[in-house]
Amino acid sequence: MTDVTDVHDITTRPAQESGPQNGSLPPTLEHADQWTDQMVAQTRIPMYDVPFVTVGGGMGSFLTVDYLRVAGGAPVSDIRVLSNLSHPWQTYEYLTRVSQLPRDKRIRSDSSSRPDNIWGFPSYAMQEAAREATVAPLLQVLLEPVFADFYTPKLGAVLDGIEREAHRIRYWDMLVQGEVQVVRRRVGGGYFTLIAPRGGQHPVTFRSRDVHLAVGYPGVRFMPDMRAFRERLGDFHHVVNGYEDHEHVYQALCRRPGVVLVRGGGIVASAVTDRLISDRLRHGLQTQIVHLFRTYYAGAHGPHGWARRRGSNGFAYQGFNYPKSTWGGQLRFRMRRMETASDRVRVYDEIGGTTTAWRRHWQRHLREATRAGWYRTQAGTITDLRLDGDALVARIQGPEAETELGFDYMIDCTGLDADMTGHRVIDDLLRHGGAGRNPLGRLDVEPSFELRGAASGMGRIYVTGAASYGGYFPGVDTFLGLQIAAQEVVDDLARRGMCRDMRPVRSTVEWLKWVANRRI
Amino acid sequence: MVPTLVGRIQTRLFLLAVVGGIVTALITPLLPADLPMAQRYQATYIVLAAVAVLGVGWELLYHLLQQWRWEKDWPMLFGLVTLVPEGLLVWALASRDLLPGLPGPVPTPAFVIHFVVVWLIVWLVANGPMRVPFIHWRFQGGQLT
Repeated sequence: MTDVTDVHDITTRPAQESGPQNGSLPPTLEHADQWTDQMVAQTRIPMYDVPFVTVGGGMGSFLTVDYLRVAGGAPVSDIRVLSNLSHPWQTYEYLTRVSQLPRDKRIRSDSSSRPDNIWGFPSYAMQEAAREATVAPLLQVLLEPVFADFYTPKLGAVLDGIEREAHRIRYWDMLVQGEVQVVRRRVGGGYFTLIAPRGGQHPVTFRSRDVHLAVGYPGVRFMPDMRAFRERLGDFHHVVNGYEDHEHVYQALCRRPGVVLVRGGGIVASAVTDRLISDRLRHGLQTQIVHLFRTYYAGAHGPHGWARRRGSNGFAYQGFNYPKSTWGGQLRFRMRRMETASDRVRVYDEIGGTTTAWRRHWQRHLREATRAGWYRTQAGTITDLRLDGDALVARIQGPEAETELGFDYMIDCTGLDADMTGHRVIDDLLRHGGAGRNPLGRLDVEPSFELRGAASGMGRIYVTGAASYGGYFPGVDTFLGLQIAAQEVVDDLARRGMCRDMRPVRSTVEWLKWVANRRI
Repeated sequence: MVPTLVGRIQTRLFLLAVVGGIVTALITPLLPADLPMAQRYQATYIVLAAVAVLGVGWELLYHLLQQWRWEKDWPMLFGLVTLVPEGLLVWALASRDLLPGLPGPVPTPAFVIHFVVVWLIVWLVANGPMRVPFIHWRFQGGQLT
């Protein structure tokens, strides 16, 4: 695990001195869509002035702040990161670890998709080649994806790089830890962001011109059948989500044979399945695996030759979370030009569906397990989940008939919760902040990622990451997508005078500082 | 960088003009050709210009081929191996005296060395260092404007 580094302490003198308030919002603030300085002053909640705050403190905040700091013109004192996390990769590392991607495994990310380096140069492959004195990563990049799998970096290298960059931009000098409660518009322009600092201290308010929001997914998604089963039986042991810590399942299968139902066709399902297969092969176990797909892809699919995606044995295959042209190619341009939401929804449908990566060693394992008869796939959805003696039984509605399946464990890999109202700040913005939803139900943003309807005088709210999915740019919830969004946000901030433009000379000078690991 | 059609063309013209121009200036005196220096430079820059102009047509073809790829990408290897058809076409035109402005026959070894060296360096720059000064370039499908 990564060390937790020092965290910014609110020691600078506030614009307004502390009052006795504690706990939830005072009623005068709770019900007002816009707050005046006087309203806040009357509550005696301490108030700090800072031009820019980012709410979230995960990868989205980090990438935006990194870009902003590199662009220049926005010193550490002008930025605050408001977060309940101690370091930006905390949630990401947790989710990758429990979903079977520990630090020594390769994540599903491109060689030049570097959250710690806004230029993407040198790439991860170049770095690995230099570090390990081998040309293999470079050859892989040269031959990908036709004659080799896409090169993907090891999680450890990615996280180490982020930590280095976080120190370089003095991330922890900007971090304020606590639970952000609301962001409200300020009469006269700008915003108030209320945060309850960690440790039960009194809430404080940041008065800023702009706010950036990158709060990620509200949580792990639990399908209705799974939720009902857990509520009914209180069993959190046999039915787990791939994004929950479920190491006990693998440990139990080492002790006695069992049948595992894996549900989902994404990258987590692939990683979980491969862990089960690898464990069986390595330890000589007797694990049986049944893989359930709601949408079963038997082969290549798509309406015509220009829109056909590879697929087989239930899976749809794609190098990364989205087609590569999402991140700056023709798909990005096509989407950006679409003014009507219905057109964009059509494209989202076209590129949608859960996909996983085609990796040669995974394919080898799947072939071997299928041939031996202890891995099989099935199409369908679970209509009922119950306990029958010691075993679990699922009723599965397939394309033609309903069947029953007995098993010992279910690992559900259907993803994260996409309902953004599950996040308090977003819910509040929808109710009080003028924000609206896009046709996919998430927050409606401009191409610059400005939250539509939430402007406050000269102030703007920017939303990047999962909450902005459904807008003009599809790849929002990926490293490179967050970086593209950060570029759009910082470009807009530069136009509005907060920071400098990243022109060629400035960009090159800043890159040289990055190479030298010079603190900025 | 995952190119768009406009990005492809802009990147090709920019890199050939800047990187190709500098590389050509540096290696022309070293090429194995029995020609006066002025004619050497005339020949190499005409070849460079031909790669740029004909390249616009090639880019249209590559863009068309790219449409059959789900990812709508253009792998690094494709950018390298396309030197073969493009080099053969320019060589065919040069050897038949079909490139206007050429001072005379171009010696084969000199053509090959010049073409391959320029191609490799332009390809390497496009696949990495280009992102340093032009930080928007890779997210704009290779467009510079």
